[in-house]
Amino acid sequence: MKQFQGRVIVPGTCTAEALVSRGGFNTLASFQMALMFGDKAVKCGDQNNPDIYKKPMLGKALCLPMTIGSTTGGMVLYTACAMGKQPACLLFSMPIDSLAASGAILGDVWTEASMPVVDQLGEDFLNYVQTGMTVTVRENGVVEVE
Amino acid sequence: MILTPEQQALLDGAKGETMAKVVKTLVMYGEAFGAKRMVPVTGKYGHTVISFGLKAIRPVYELYDQLLDAGLVSGQKFTADPKPLDPKVPSSLLEDLVFKKIMYTDQKPYEAQLRKLGITNDDDYTCTCYLDQVGNKPQPGDVLSWAESSAVVYANSVLGARCNRNSGIIELMGSIAGFVPEFGLLTDEGRKADWIVEVRCEKRPEAQLLGSAIGMKVMEGVPYVKGLDRFLGGELDEKACAYLKDFGAAAASNGAVGLYHIENLTPEACAQGEALIREDAQTYVIDDAELARVQREYPVVWKNPDAKPQLCFIGCPHLTMSQLIDWSDRIEAALRAKGLSELTVPTVFTASTPVLRELEKTIYASKLRSYGVILSYICPLMYMNNPLCKKKAVITCSNKLRTYTSARYYTEAEILDIITTKEART
Repeated sequence: MKQFQGRVIVPGTCTAEALVSRGGFNTLASFQMALMFGDKAVKCGDQNNPDIYKKPMLGKALCLPMTIGSTTGGMVLYTACAMGKQPACLLFSMPIDSLAASGAILGDVWTEASMPVVDQLGEDFLNYVQTGMTVTVRENGVVEVE
Repeated sequence: MILTPEQQALLDGAKGETMAKVVKTLVMYGEAFGAKRMVPVTGKYGHTVISFGLKAIRPVYELYDQLLDAGLVSGQKFTADPKPLDPKVPSSLLEDLVFKKIMYTDQKPYEAQLRKLGITNDDDYTCTCYLDQVGNKPQPGDVLSWAESSAVVYANSVLGARCNRNSGIIELMGSIAGFVPEFGLLTDEGRKADWIVEVRCEKRPEAQLLGSAIGMKVMEGVPYVKGLDRFLGGELDEKACAYLKDFGAAAASNGAVGLYHIENLTPEACAQGEALIREDAQTYVIDDAELARVQREYPVVWKNPDAKPQLCFIGCPHLTMSQLIDWSDRIEAALRAKGLSELTVPTVFTASTPVLRELEKTIYASKLRSYGVILSYICPLMYMNNPLCKKKAVITCSNKLRTYTSARYYTEAEILDIITTKEART
């Protein structure tokens, strides 16, 4: 088990299975098909992201460097939260970007969803964590990976 | 973050619970980026990325109902991204059914919401709101609360306005509050370049390919691009601006670029030169081989990679007048050279309604139609956001469209060749 200290963007705790995107996570491309056609597992639809393409995102600890792409990104994340189709948590190795922050904050302020968000976990975190590992997020921004 | 007494009162509920939540959202948004204060939105108009009444995002419209019920509307009039539907664009009966009965069922009610919230008028649905014909063109130094990645990067880079890469919904909340948190691209420090990009191509690089390469490399960094001005000339004329529109859209969608500087061309690069470059900036060298590599590595997601193209979209972002005229001339020459009278692949050119209206005053609108081109105000990205289109062999020279859909990317020259090749029509 290894611990990483990050910065809390949206507080909360959870334990979930890791889903790791090594490259930038394109929120619109990842969620659009799943939200539009009611995919219960919320499988990633981003063909440019071989790490997680077609893998279920619902309830996973989504580990990523940052999000990229269209400025609908935050709206998409908010919608996922409002529909209860969000990942268990978002764990960023880098400082959070403006679109992801928007979506996470909109989800926190305007919906009942619980989706803790921690950023600045560092490059070591993303190098260490593998898809399928168990991740626990603590209230203080500590993330345990085993 | 230190709020003014007025802002604090809003946060404390002086104008109701919903307004308090709007301000709380903006405060949390700013605190995530270390903003110390809010700054007034000074641009004359806003711009929203959410232009579509998509059933799948109904929670967004429910949120907007909450805002309207609380009497909250945008403090400025605003433009919006292109509409997802246009009867002129070819679609099958099944596609029509999916578009109208399953996907965009909320289009009309949403447009009614936008009227209440403050859209400028029913024609101003375009991602190129900053073109003269549309008129939402910020002044240098204006603080904006916009969303739409291609418009934000253009406003920042080419026009010298100041706007973060805001998300849909957040942009409207900034316009409602009349202030936005000051961080990132709103600050002098945030506008400095983290990357030096040296363009060493032998010929003018394809705008959407160069933007894609840079976006994928620098992600959300700010690139300072050297060696591109020799291909674009020394001033921001209409052709250079059209090139930068496409370049920026690709950089913003293939990465997360919100601002770029082009040496000797864009306003801040002209004013400040290399003083804009951070000391620890990294360098990325791009030549023709690198661009070929980038294009080669795009995945082809057609079910049958050898399928004949069934539809071609040109204009994501929407085309400018000069681009429409340029395409018309190129198509005319290609058809004549190949002994054809019209295109061999159904082809849709997309542009804003005001630009199309201006085009109608010229010979080019009828010329393009005579070649078989369909002129539309549609958003091709929204049109293609459905599984039926995945089965369709759609081609495009837009790297943004390629990124979000199953459309296959070709350079403009390749597209021209394909849509004027005899055996292409299916």
